[in-house]
Amino acid sequence: MNGRGRKAVTALRLLSAVVIAAVWGCLVTDCSGPQRPANVASVKPGKERHKAPDFALKDSDGKLVHLADYRGKVVLLDFWATWCGPCKIEIPWFEEFQRQHQGKGFAVIGVSMDDEGWGVVKPFLERLKVNYRILIGNDQTAQLYGGIDALPTTFLIDREGRIAAVHVGLVDRKEFENGIEQLLEAPTNASAPPAVPALFAGTE
Amino acid sequence: MQAQSSGYLTVGRTSTVSGKRNASVEARISVSVLPGFHVNSNKPSEEYLIPLKLTWTATGALQPGAIVYPMPTQEKYEFAEKPLSVLTGNFDIVANFKVAGNASAGPGSAAGKLSYQACNNRACFAPKTVNVTVNYQIQ
Repeated sequence: MNGRGRKAVTALRLLSAVVIAAVWGCLVTDCSGPQRPANVASVKPGKERHKAPDFALKDSDGKLVHLADYRGKVVLLDFWATWCGPCKIEIPWFEEFQRQHQGKGFAVIGVSMDDEGWGVVKPFLERLKVNYRILIGNDQTAQLYGGIDALPTTFLIDREGRIAAVHVGLVDRKEFENGIEQLLEAPTNASAPPAVPALFAGTE
Repeated sequence: MQAQSSGYLTVGRTSTVSGKRNASVEARISVSVLPGFHVNSNKPSEEYLIPLKLTWTATGALQPGAIVYPMPTQEKYEFAEKPLSVLTGNFDIVANFKVAGNASAGPGSAAGKLSYQACNNRACFAPKTVNVTVNYQIQ
């Protein structure tokens, strides 16, 4: 092997070592963790977004709420549960987002996945003084959104009713703030693609 | 008993317990939690958390007694202000029984369910239940 060949082999070995180290590092430290830099795009480009599946769920007053009722608004759709510790970290952030942006066409919807329903959810909401709409979810709705195995799972939905971002598990607050701001500032587009289960729409 | 798995937690094989009528016997149920995950202990440190709980649905000739859960560890997670009482890795749950005074000699089995709720450092997962079987031999 000549000098150039040896250099190429060495470079290839070095590159392999870097790739292996990076993959191993991700396995150990969970690279998808909340420490993602805030300057990374928080929402998908418009053409990559899929329509958020519609649902009909009841709120605490017994009123049937459809996601389609929120068309024209930016929606933060949060699947959570009272027994979920990470969800409890995010709820105060969402209350603040609701307060800050509700006048700009923004709404937070919380979908509780508690099997016990309002019996456990209502006291929780009163204790935390949640200022946004909460609905009780079910398996059917969860399936529409890809199964929702991990909580919290949060979808950012644009004004056309398309999923612009999905966050599985606790993420950095800045991630939400960037996404909401980008969606609120974006120009609206009348056409929207057909609904597909969120699982196939790509998750973070 | 076959190993029973339910997502983030697996109940291993439990050896057959044996005893005479009116004898006290114990079954050691080995449990394994996936690396990187934890389950709440039987006495979680926060009221809202779902505890680890073993319940018997049918025990045959065995009369169920105290269930002894392992000593939990106090772990601090990003999502909780205070350390949480959790179980990780491999541990045993000890189930005590008394053989019924009128038990017939021979084999049998006790069936139960272990319910748990798992989380990792960023997310929590829906409560799950895994079947537990203890085979016994009355002498």
